[in-house]
Amino acid sequence: MGMTMAEKIIASAAGKSACKAGDIETVTLDRLMSNDGTTHLTIDMYNNLKNPHIADVDKLVWIIDHNIPADSPKTAASHKKMRDFAREHGITFYEGEGVCHQVMMENHVRPGELIFGADSHTCAYGALGAFGTGVGCTDYLYAMVTGTSWLLVPETIRFNLHGKLKKGVYARDLILSIIGKISANGANYKAMEFAGEGLKDLSIADRIAICNLCVEAGAKTALMEVDQVALDYLKEHGREPKEIFKSDDDAVFSDVFDINLDEIEPIVAKPHFVDNIVPVKECEGTKIDEAFLGSCNNGRIEDLRVGAAVIKGKKVAPKVRFLVVPASRSVYKQALKEGLLDIFMEAGAMVMNPNCSVCWGACQGVIGEGETLISTGTRNFKGRAGHKDSFVYLASAATVTASAIAGYITSAEV
Amino acid sequence: MSKIWKLDNDIDTDIILPTEYLAFETVEQMKPYAFSPLRPELAGKIQPGDMIVAGNNFGCGSSREQAPEVVKALGISCIVAKSFARIFFRNAINNGLLLIEQPDLYDEVNEGDEAEVIPGKEIKVNGKSYPIASLPENLTEILEAGGLVKAMRKRNGLD
Repeated sequence: MGMTMAEKIIASAAGKSACKAGDIETVTLDRLMSNDGTTHLTIDMYNNLKNPHIADVDKLVWIIDHNIPADSPKTAASHKKMRDFAREHGITFYEGEGVCHQVMMENHVRPGELIFGADSHTCAYGALGAFGTGVGCTDYLYAMVTGTSWLLVPETIRFNLHGKLKKGVYARDLILSIIGKISANGANYKAMEFAGEGLKDLSIADRIAICNLCVEAGAKTALMEVDQVALDYLKEHGREPKEIFKSDDDAVFSDVFDINLDEIEPIVAKPHFVDNIVPVKECEGTKIDEAFLGSCNNGRIEDLRVGAAVIKGKKVAPKVRFLVVPASRSVYKQALKEGLLDIFMEAGAMVMNPNCSVCWGACQGVIGEGETLISTGTRNFKGRAGHKDSFVYLASAATVTASAIAGYITSAEV
Repeated sequence: MSKIWKLDNDIDTDIILPTEYLAFETVEQMKPYAFSPLRPELAGKIQPGDMIVAGNNFGCGSSREQAPEVVKALGISCIVAKSFARIFFRNAINNGLLLIEQPDLYDEVNEGDEAEVIPGKEIKVNGKSYPIASLPENLTEILEAGGLVKAMRKRNGLD
């Protein structure tokens, strides 16, 4: 019987030739990412162990991205704890470089790796054929100290992509449509694997946007076949694959979906669930107070280009705040070079330093009671971006920017 | 007997503990804000030993471990749901919070009902018995110790 990509990566990390969905395997991790959301808790627990040690410090990557620059004495203290610990132990450490997943994609992730991240959107790494999965700080601590963890081998849902997205339709619309189709727990405990000839026209930015959001369907990980596009990205960033895995032709999938990319339309996810999707036109006219272009999901140079093309020569609507937040320092510098930040600034947007920003409802751009936000962030849960009685709509960079100009939810002209 | 607090489907981690309270230094400080976006009064009403009954996908969203920690700190003895999101499931076990998947209970009980939970066997409510699966031995060990770190300390003879 054939194996899926997920089964092959776990078998490899377990030092075995094979494993199957439902097995529980002890695995050795290739990399361990943690950010300022919970690292202070990990450090407290670590310091409470007797004679603690780090199994392999070269595998650890710590990134301050959620509350940077620090916005209160509490976060400053938590950052200091993380910074001091990282320096003392020689942990690879980033501060102010960008949102953790973007920094990982630009600098660390390799095809075939098994990566734990103390952040739910770690499944983004599948865009480069790596098995990334989110864990809490206790699981992280265990892996940091022992180098290992246990994993239930997931079943895989396979998505065969066909055709090509229409002009004005983006990867963001595609993944929101898929989550709407299978629901917010449609892939709970499972891997979501993407393959098919439709993949070849999707950039790495598109692929990250797709894989990153799979946790919103409950997925344990997301995986994409490694092709020339992925290999070119790796080469450009000076890395080689660890190993390239591909599902066998006779691999067993729990479900198979064929998705025609040509049929995808611009989508909005309405409050307060990511699977609560409707075509943009059904929300047309909904008044907004704030718009956000950024996050690990949609803050890459490709997304900023889309937004800048929509807003060039136009102005942000009166009474609307428009926050533009490049996902990393390199994205920021590239946007600067291409004149995109000029375009946003001229239009009246606020351009912020790379960080998680509005997406997670702390640090900056928090919305007040009764306010409405349209966002390229990852979640629209009740209270996610601020007051418990506020409203978050999720959409593509194009729809978010067009809405910032109009002052209400609307599609971008294509 | 445990008093039931009933919550809906898709109770996410931002409901369980909103972002603005994550930076608090202790879980005691976080307690009053648990579930506050949905039911601000709830945290103040929960008594030690009470239980939560919910629908599908309890704990979806972020990997913030403060979520199961705060539920445990409120004294909730267990959460019975139709299903749990996977990161929350691991985090809860790692913090010594018992989770039980049961498909029928949610549709047949009301908030305020009293239930008796016999781990690995059944839940009794309103004269009816609902079967539950037993947990694997290693997870039972973690739960009984009060979490993964405590279990490891115990196993290594440190506590």
